[in-house]
Amino acid sequence: MTSYRKYILWFAQEHVDFRVQEFDSLVKMFGLQVRRLTEQTLKPFWLVEFRDKEAALKYASRSVLLRAIFELYAHANNLTEFHETLRNHVDTNRHALAGYFRPDTSFKIVVETYNKHFSQREKVAKIESMDYLPIEGTVNLKNPQVEWWYIEFWGLDPTDVPPEPKDILFGRLLASGQRHLIKDLSLKQRKFIGNTSMDAQLSLLMANQAMVREGDLVFDPFVGTGSLLVSAAKWGGYVLGADIDYMMVHARCRPSRITQKVREKDESIRANLKQYGCADRYVDVVVADFSNRLWHPRISFDSIITDPPYGIREATEKVETKNSSKDNSRREDMVHYPSTSHYSLQSLYGDLLEFAARHLRLGGRLVCWLPFHREDYDPKMVPHHQYLNLLANSEQPLTGNTARRLLTYEKCSEYSSPDRSLASATQMSTLPQDFRDRYFNNDLESRKDRRMRKAEQREQGRVEMEARGKIPSNGRSKKCSLNKARFN
Amino acid sequence: MKLSTYNFLTSMAIKGVKVGFPLKLTISKKEVVESEFNPTFVERILPKLDWSAVYGAAQVAELTEDIPAVQPENIGENELLLQKLHHLLFEIDVLEGQLECPETGRVFPITDGIPNMLLNEDEV
Repeated sequence: MTSYRKYILWFAQEHVDFRVQEFDSLVKMFGLQVRRLTEQTLKPFWLVEFRDKEAALKYASRSVLLRAIFELYAHANNLTEFHETLRNHVDTNRHALAGYFRPDTSFKIVVETYNKHFSQREKVAKIESMDYLPIEGTVNLKNPQVEWWYIEFWGLDPTDVPPEPKDILFGRLLASGQRHLIKDLSLKQRKFIGNTSMDAQLSLLMANQAMVREGDLVFDPFVGTGSLLVSAAKWGGYVLGADIDYMMVHARCRPSRITQKVREKDESIRANLKQYGCADRYVDVVVADFSNRLWHPRISFDSIITDPPYGIREATEKVETKNSSKDNSRREDMVHYPSTSHYSLQSLYGDLLEFAARHLRLGGRLVCWLPFHREDYDPKMVPHHQYLNLLANSEQPLTGNTARRLLTYEKCSEYSSPDRSLASATQMSTLPQDFRDRYFNNDLESRKDRRMRKAEQREQGRVEMEARGKIPSNGRSKKCSLNKARFN
Repeated sequence: MKLSTYNFLTSMAIKGVKVGFPLKLTISKKEVVESEFNPTFVERILPKLDWSAVYGAAQVAELTEDIPAVQPENIGENELLLQKLHHLLFEIDVLEGQLECPETGRVFPITDGIPNMLLNEDEV
């Protein structure tokens, strides 16, 4: 007989767009059987059914968006029905629950309300309303053996709080999610970071999307400071990275922390992994240009997790191709740094998908970010490849009109086109314009327009001030004479 | 650079190079970093390896008595060999040295344990 048990999932109300996809990825990774009962996925509380407690615990052992998971006792949409359901539940499961109500079992009840604040007194009153619970144990607020949660959900809109709670839930705390890792792996304490290091939460999320498991081989072709490798290694992956920036990979570039003048000697990607106790998971980093083939055809990765440069804070570059070497005056013994040319996002993503199709194992995943301007987003601009299935696509807003999407692909069939000339399997309707050009030059109003508008505003202000009869002080000449006085 | 990575690197990006594998490895400074032996991981990576390059690496690292010249069958059941492979592939870290393209002789330096596989603009 198949039986399911009901659980409450409590999510952090952050990166909401990623919630369903993380859930689906983890369910697939552990091969769990699950039924989702909550339709509105924006709600911070979901009701789901897992096969057993072990399945629920497995899910909680990896999720970074999950705050905690509870075993459901009662759920209703109004108070009368809620108390009735809870009373019934406790009554019918008297024997199964007896252990939690015993006199020698200490307990605690937490009241959590979403979108409405209650004073301590009101919360205690809510606890008192459940006085029919046959609890015999003693209260222990610090370290209870059993923790029950009473949850009220008052809608999502803080400007439109309903008169009655929409959902009332009661359950026993089973486990917490992995949100503590966000603090543990925080960039603030990390040894080696750069301008574009991915924050701990998103990089853990990416590793979850990539379904990184113990003993996987994970690759990041735009490794930078290795922030994505940290989370992959934390979940047990063996990590390998490559980057075109020699100074970055050797941790000799300018430091990103405002308090730091020069990089410390021992900064490196390996030092980061060592800091989090996963030095064993470090395989290598290599200085290499992604636009050129480097890896042996035999290598296959379990997942590729990457955040390519967008051309804003890190340059999009590849080694330039020159056909004539007539202006080349270097000798064998001279150090030479190849000149780089612009690597358009379009060809970069083309290369990335092609690389993933070639070098992922069957069923392996590619997880990467795609930056774009929100006003010209069109689902058609997401690149596709005939050997890769797009599984997930969720948005994170960046600035006013830019955002990025986290794309998750899964390799769906064996690569079978060794001929490079046939390899135009990547379909990508042209990105409207290069992200960088658009970012700097094609803003909603151009820089010149904005300057003129501001000047006009100032001029208008000055005219109004004069009309009010105030004598304008010439700030500029005042400052100049002050400066002169200092030097004379 | 670990010797497992060595097994995956090629110089096929150089203009005119067909295979570019295996690269000729020279070690001038290496260190042994002990790491946890994970038999399943070694076993999983085995089919991705080119045994001639594994043996070539063992020759350069002077570990030929540990690694047979021809790939034996059923390595998965040979725990001792797996351990030796683990040592060769994941514990030896080449700090200084070079990789040389077998076809053109182009040299890729390894500094601070990181190989520099960048090519110059007239080589690609």
